[in-house]
Amino acid sequence: MRAVLGAIIGLMLLAAGTFVVPAGADPKDPTQDKPLADPVQESEARAFMREIRCVVCQSQSIDESDAEIAAQLRNVVREQIAAGKSEDEIRAYLTARYGDFVLMDPPFKATTLILWIGPFVLAGLGFAGALGILRRQKSAKSTPAAYAPPELSAKERARVSALLIEGDETQGGQR
Amino acid sequence: MTLRRALYALPVILIGLFAYLAWLGLAPDRDPSALPSALVGKPVPQFSLPPLDGAADKLSSADVTGHVTVLNFFASWCLPCKAEHPLLFSLGQDYGVPVYGIAFKDRPEDTAAYIKEMGSPYKKIGLDVDGRVSIDFGLTGVPETFILDKNGVVRYRLSQPLDEDTIKADIAPLLQSLQQ
Repeated sequence: MRAVLGAIIGLMLLAAGTFVVPAGADPKDPTQDKPLADPVQESEARAFMREIRCVVCQSQSIDESDAEIAAQLRNVVREQIAAGKSEDEIRAYLTARYGDFVLMDPPFKATTLILWIGPFVLAGLGFAGALGILRRQKSAKSTPAAYAPPELSAKERARVSALLIEGDETQGGQR
Repeated sequence: MTLRRALYALPVILIGLFAYLAWLGLAPDRDPSALPSALVGKPVPQFSLPPLDGAADKLSSADVTGHVTVLNFFASWCLPCKAEHPLLFSLGQDYGVPVYGIAFKDRPEDTAAYIKEMGSPYKKIGLDVDGRVSIDFGLTGVPETFILDKNGVVRYRLSQPLDEDTIKADIAPLLQSLQQ
C-alpha cells in the first residue's frame, strides 16, 4: 500500500516537474523579457516602467501589461537604462514616438493645464460658495430678517422724532 | 440683484456643460482606443531595413521621400492585414501612389510565403524582424498605414485595417491634394 502511494506521489512530482520547464525561450524574440543583470538597474527600470503607459491597453503601465508591444517597450527601456540614458531622455524618446499619451502622468503644459488645475479651481469655487452660504446663514441668525427694523421714509422719521420730543415734554421729569 | 439672477442660470449652464462633456465621451463615432499620432506633421523617421528574398537594395527612408507614398505595416500572422490586402492593390492602381510595405516582427520565410500566396501590392518590402523601426513610427500593432507627402513628412496615419469607406472619405482626397 505504502509502495503504491509512494509511486503515485513520485509520478505526480515527475508530472509537476515537466510543467516547470520553461517553454522554449527564443533569445531573439523581442517580446521576451530580458531582465538586466544588474539588480539595481533592473529595479530602476521596473520603477520607470510603471510611469509608461501601454499604448494598446488604456490604463495599464507597461510594467503590468502582457501585451506584446508592452514587452517590447520594456526591453527598450532596459536597453536605454543599461546604456546610461537618463529617465528624461527615455521619456523624450518615447513621447516623440507615441505622444504624451505614453506617460501615465501627463506633463504640465498649456494643453493639459485644465487637467491639472481644473479640480483645484472647482474645489475652490465650491469652498467659496459654501463659505458664502454659511456666512449668510450666520448673519441671518444674529439679526433675523423678520425682526429687522423697517426702513423709514423721511416723512415717517419726522413723525417719529416729533412724537419722541412730545413724549419727552410730557414725561420729562420721570426719566 | 442682477448677480443673483445670474446665479439662477448657473445650474442650467453646469448641466449643459456636463451634457456636452458626456456627449464628447460617449459619442457613437468616438473610438476611445484611437490615439493621436505623435508622428503626423513630422518628417518620416530614418530607417534602413533588409529587403525580402535577399534582394540587394534595402528599403530605406530615402525610398519614401521625394514623392507621395503609402507605407503599410503588415505581418503574415495578422489576419486583418489579409483582409485589407486587396485594397492595397487598388490604392496603388487607382490612385497611382507607390505602396511600400514593412513586415512587422515576422520571420522572413513567413513573409515570403505570405507574399507568394497573396501577391505583392508593394513596390518594395522591408523586414523589421525585431520591430525596432516600427517603434520609431509609434506603431501599436498591425496593420497600420501611413501617408507621406513629397517631402517625406507624415501626413496621415491609420491605426486600423483599411476599408473602402475610409479610402473614399479620407485617403483619396488627401492623396489627390498631395499629388497636385
